[in-house]
Amino acid sequence: MRQVWEVLRKDLLIEWRGRSRSTGVFFFAMILLLLFSFALGPDSQVLRQHAGAYMWLSLLLSSTLALSQSFRIEVESDALTVLRLLPVSPVSLYYGKAAANTLVLLLLGVASGPIVIAVFDVTLHAPIGHLLLLLLLGCAGLAAPGTLYAGITCRAKGQEILLPVLLFPLIVPAMLASVKATTLMMNGDPMGQGRSWFILLLCFDIIYWSISGLLFAKVIEE
Amino acid sequence: MGMAKWEDAVGAIGLILLGVGHYMGLFIAPKEAMMGDVGRILYVHVPVAWISMLSFLVAFVAALGYFFRGTTTWDALMESAVEVGVVLTSLLLALGSLWARPTWGVWWDWDPRLTTAAVMLLAFLGVTALRRLVDGPEQRATWSAVATVVAFVNVPIVYFSVKWWRSLHQTQSSPKTVDPGMVTSLRVCAFAVLFIAIFFIARRWRIAKTRLENELAPPEALLDSEEA
Repeated sequence: MRQVWEVLRKDLLIEWRGRSRSTGVFFFAMILLLLFSFALGPDSQVLRQHAGAYMWLSLLLSSTLALSQSFRIEVESDALTVLRLLPVSPVSLYYGKAAANTLVLLLLGVASGPIVIAVFDVTLHAPIGHLLLLLLLGCAGLAAPGTLYAGITCRAKGQEILLPVLLFPLIVPAMLASVKATTLMMNGDPMGQGRSWFILLLCFDIIYWSISGLLFAKVIEE
Repeated sequence: MGMAKWEDAVGAIGLILLGVGHYMGLFIAPKEAMMGDVGRILYVHVPVAWISMLSFLVAFVAALGYFFRGTTTWDALMESAVEVGVVLTSLLLALGSLWARPTWGVWWDWDPRLTTAAVMLLAFLGVTALRRLVDGPEQRATWSAVATVVAFVNVPIVYFSVKWWRSLHQTQSSPKTVDPGMVTSLRVCAFAVLFIAIFFIARRWRIAKTRLENELAPPEALLDSEEA
């Protein structure tokens, strides 16, 4: 547990020191949101209906940048080799990194919240805490397989192509659940369906946080 | 050489069964009650669906086998099973589209089964892309085994999530009374596709294994100097 915490602290520290990178990812997410709203046109009814979907799409697309970034740093100066030599178990390394990625994505999601509200003219029908919890679960769902695959693709040829190609099909259930639950929160949930999407997302998180943790040792050992 | 003969025999049996099954399906089996002759695509579509999933199951088992044994045999089996599964799933989607057009009036519908099959195809296509883009044989084997396991685990989750997604809308229902004549044709066709898939997997397995062994073997110049 302590090892996990140390890895998490290290990753967040790197992220903080390289703020210009994270702000770049943030601007990318903003630009995507604006482009999506232009693509939909000025009809505020339509904008409101699709706000949840486009919020998650912009998060998903920006997440590939953030995720590959988190491993590119390790590979660039051969820090991964050093990490492997340290008495840190691969399992703690994975959970530390995945937790750091989750937090970075969560921050990105929270930061893009006001833009979504402004551009897509959204009113929230659920307590803000619920939306934050959903963001956390959704980002955790993105980060779990994302960290595993970023660990693979950072050392393969054509990593920019490979990460989305591997990750996007996998993320379909988490995306469906997040989008659906967000849309219900934004447009009202008269049938009380939001709960089942929460459960689906939670199951996805549990499954991927456990199997990715097990498989990560295979990924980073040579 | 013995291997090749065995494979050829299985492939030939598969082809013969496919001919017989198609003859039965097209001429002997009764017309589908609701869809008429269009329904006869069932005899290829359903077996292809079964065997494609079976291929991915083989790939999954091979990936686990690689984790525990770490030999090129398992790696080669995984490569061949994933590829055969991808080909069969593509065929499945193509046949399904052909069937959907006259019966549902559309080429594609976001029904749980269709979506799951499409996502499954994309996930395993990712595995084949990964294999092409990693140079080190051991890294390639391990990483693609990881990706295969993850892709396989994802399939049931996708199925249920899309089912929930669609459950809010109307779902397609197809009440079917299966006539004994149809069952026999279906069974023959299923074995035909199974045999053909075994033929392809076995041959592809052998090719992959030979290539991997060549990749791992020391350069010929070294061998020559040892002999001399």
